[in-house]
Amino acid sequence: MRSSASRLSLWLLLTPFVLWIVLLVLLPHLQMLRVSFQVRESWDTLTWGLQQYQNFFTESYYWRTFVRTGVMSLFTTFLTLIIAFPIAWYIARLARGRSKGLLFMACLIPFWASELVRTYGWMILLRESGLFSSWLQALGWVDGPVEMLYNDVAVIIGLVYNGLLFMVVPLVTTLDGMDENLVEAGYDLGGGHGTVLREIVVPWAMPGIVSGCIVVFMLTLGSYLTPVLMGGKDSAWFTQQIFTQFITRFNWEQGAALGVLLLVLSSVMVWLGLKVTGQSLRKVMG
Amino acid sequence: MARSPSSTRKHAVLLSAALATSVFASAAAAEELRLITWGGYAPDDVVAQFEKETGIDVQVTLSNNEDMISKLRATGGAGFDLAQPSQDRIVGVQRQFNIYKPIDFSRVNTDQLQPAMVKATQESTELDGQYYGVPSVWGTSGLIVHNSVADVVQDYTDLCDPAVAGEVSYRLKRPTLIGFAFAMGMDPFAAYDDRDKYQSILAKVQEKLIDCKDNVKTYWTGGDQLLALLRTGEVKAAMAWDAGGWKLNAENPEIRFVAPESGALGWIDTFAIPRRSENEEAAYKWINFVMQPEIAARITNESGNFTASKGADEYVKPALRDAYRESFDEAAINNIKWYPPVPPGLETLEGQVLDTVQAAN
Repeated sequence: MRSSASRLSLWLLLTPFVLWIVLLVLLPHLQMLRVSFQVRESWDTLTWGLQQYQNFFTESYYWRTFVRTGVMSLFTTFLTLIIAFPIAWYIARLARGRSKGLLFMACLIPFWASELVRTYGWMILLRESGLFSSWLQALGWVDGPVEMLYNDVAVIIGLVYNGLLFMVVPLVTTLDGMDENLVEAGYDLGGGHGTVLREIVVPWAMPGIVSGCIVVFMLTLGSYLTPVLMGGKDSAWFTQQIFTQFITRFNWEQGAALGVLLLVLSSVMVWLGLKVTGQSLRKVMG
Repeated sequence: MARSPSSTRKHAVLLSAALATSVFASAAAAEELRLITWGGYAPDDVVAQFEKETGIDVQVTLSNNEDMISKLRATGGAGFDLAQPSQDRIVGVQRQFNIYKPIDFSRVNTDQLQPAMVKATQESTELDGQYYGVPSVWGTSGLIVHNSVADVVQDYTDLCDPAVAGEVSYRLKRPTLIGFAFAMGMDPFAAYDDRDKYQSILAKVQEKLIDCKDNVKTYWTGGDQLLALLRTGEVKAAMAWDAGGWKLNAENPEIRFVAPESGALGWIDTFAIPRRSENEEAAYKWINFVMQPEIAARITNESGNFTASKGADEYVKPALRDAYRESFDEAAINNIKWYPPVPPGLETLEGQVLDTVQAAN
C-alpha cells in the first residue's frame, strides 16, 4: 500500500520531466533524423536516400567548416580552462568571507545580460571606431584606427568570455572541497609547485575540469550569435551553416543532416574526453 | 529573482486582474489581426488608428522574407492572418509548400492603388489562374556611397576596386549575386528558366566574389549593423537598400544612395494571405486601410520606402522626396531591374555559390 503510493508520487513527479524529454528533446531529434534521410527529387516529390550526407563529404565547404568549428571549439575550451583555473583557485582557496562572495558575483553579473548584449559589448570595444582602437591612438601607439573585430581572434575572445562562468563554477565547487593538508603534504614530501599541481591539485579537480570542459565545449560548438556577429568574412561557424540551410535556403533536409552530424560530433567528443581523462559521466555530473 | 514577497503579491493581483480583464474582453468579441511584416511597415500610430476605427486588435511580428516563409512553412500557413513577402518569393514557395490562399480582388479597394503596380504584382504572383499578392511597398537595392569614394564606386563591381579595399560591405545573399551578374554584363533574370545558363552565370559571379573578398570589411547581415558601419565611417561603400541610404543622408549629407550604372534592383513587397488565416476579413480591412494615400505616406515616412498607393507622394516628407529624386532621375528609374518570380530550386544553386564564397580563402 505504502510502496504503491510512493511509486505513484514518484511517477507524478517524473511525468513533467519525461514529457519534456520525450516531446521537446527526443521526438524533434527523431524527426530531424528522419528528415535528414529524405531527398528532394524535384520541387514536390521526396524519396529516401543518403544524398545530404554525401553532400557533406563531397562539398568541401561543409566539412571544412565542420572541422574548423570543432577545432576552434576545442581551443576555446582549453583557453577557457587556462584562464578560469587561477580565478577559481583564488575564489575557492585564497579569498575569504565577503570578497569570496563578491568575486563570485563579479563572474556571475555579466550573465544577467543576454548573449546578444554581451557580444555587442565586445563589438563596441573591438571595432575600428571602438574604445580599444581610440585608446591605442590616444596613447600614440598606433597611427590610425585599428580593426580588431571580424577575425577569428575576436570570435575566440567572445566565446571564451561566454564560457568563463560555466568553467569557473564547477572548478570552484571541486576546489572548495580539497583538503589543505594534501597540498601541504605534497610540499613537505619535497614536491615543487609544478609537481604539487600535477600530482595533487589537478587529479583532485579532475571531475570539475571535465564537467566544465564538457559544458563549455557544448556551448561553444552550439553558439550562433558570437561567431556570426564578431566573425570575419572567412569565419563560417557550423551552426551558421545549419541556420542558413533551414532559414534562407528552405533546405530542411540538408539542415537536418548537418544538425545530426553536429550532434554526433559533440557526442563523440564528449565521449572521447571522458575516456581520455578516465572519468565517467556519472562522476563528472555528480 | 530577488523580488520581495509584497511585490510578488502585488504582481499576482495585477496578473489576475489582467487575466480577468482579458477573459472579459475576449468574451466581448475581441477581434484580432496577426500581421507578420517588415520593420516600419506598421508604424505605431497607424496601428493605433486602425484599432480605434475598427476595434480590431493588431499583433505585429517583425520579420523578413526567409523568416516569414520558414515560419509559415513550419505551420502549413497558420499562425498569422496577413503576411508581406516580396512578390518574387511567392509563386515558387506556394508551389512547393502551399502556404497562401488566393487574393479575392473584389474585396481589395484597387482604386487607391497604382494600376501598373497591381498588374505587375498580379502577373508575378499568378498560379493556376489565381493571384496571390497585392502590391504594398516597393523599393530598390543599389549602392550607398560616401562622397570621398563616389568617383570610384558607380557600379556593384566597383566595390572590388583596390581604391576602396577594406572599406566595403555587402550581404552574402541572392541580391548580391544578381547585382554583380548585371554589373558584369550578364542578365541573370533572362536565365532564370535555363538552369545551365544560370549556373554558368553564377560560376562567373562566384569567381568575382571570391576575388573581391579581400576588399570586404565584413558581410553585413542586418540593416542596423550596416547603418552603424556606414555611420562610423568604417565602411565607405556598400550594396544596400535605398531607404537605408536616405536615412543616412538625412544624418550626414556626405553619404548618398546611388542607383548603380547597371541598374538598381527593384522589389515589391506584397500583402499575401496565409492559407490558414483565421481572420481574413480583418486582413482585407487592413489592406484597404493602410493603402489610403495619407496613411500610406506615414508608412513611407517611417520605413523610407514608397508604396503602391496612388497619390500618397503628396503627403510624404519633403526631405525624403528630395533624396529620392536625387538618387533616381528618369533614366535611373527606367533602368530599375525588377525581380521576376524565383523558380523553385534556384535558391539551392545560389546557396551553394554563397557557401563556397563564404568558405573560400
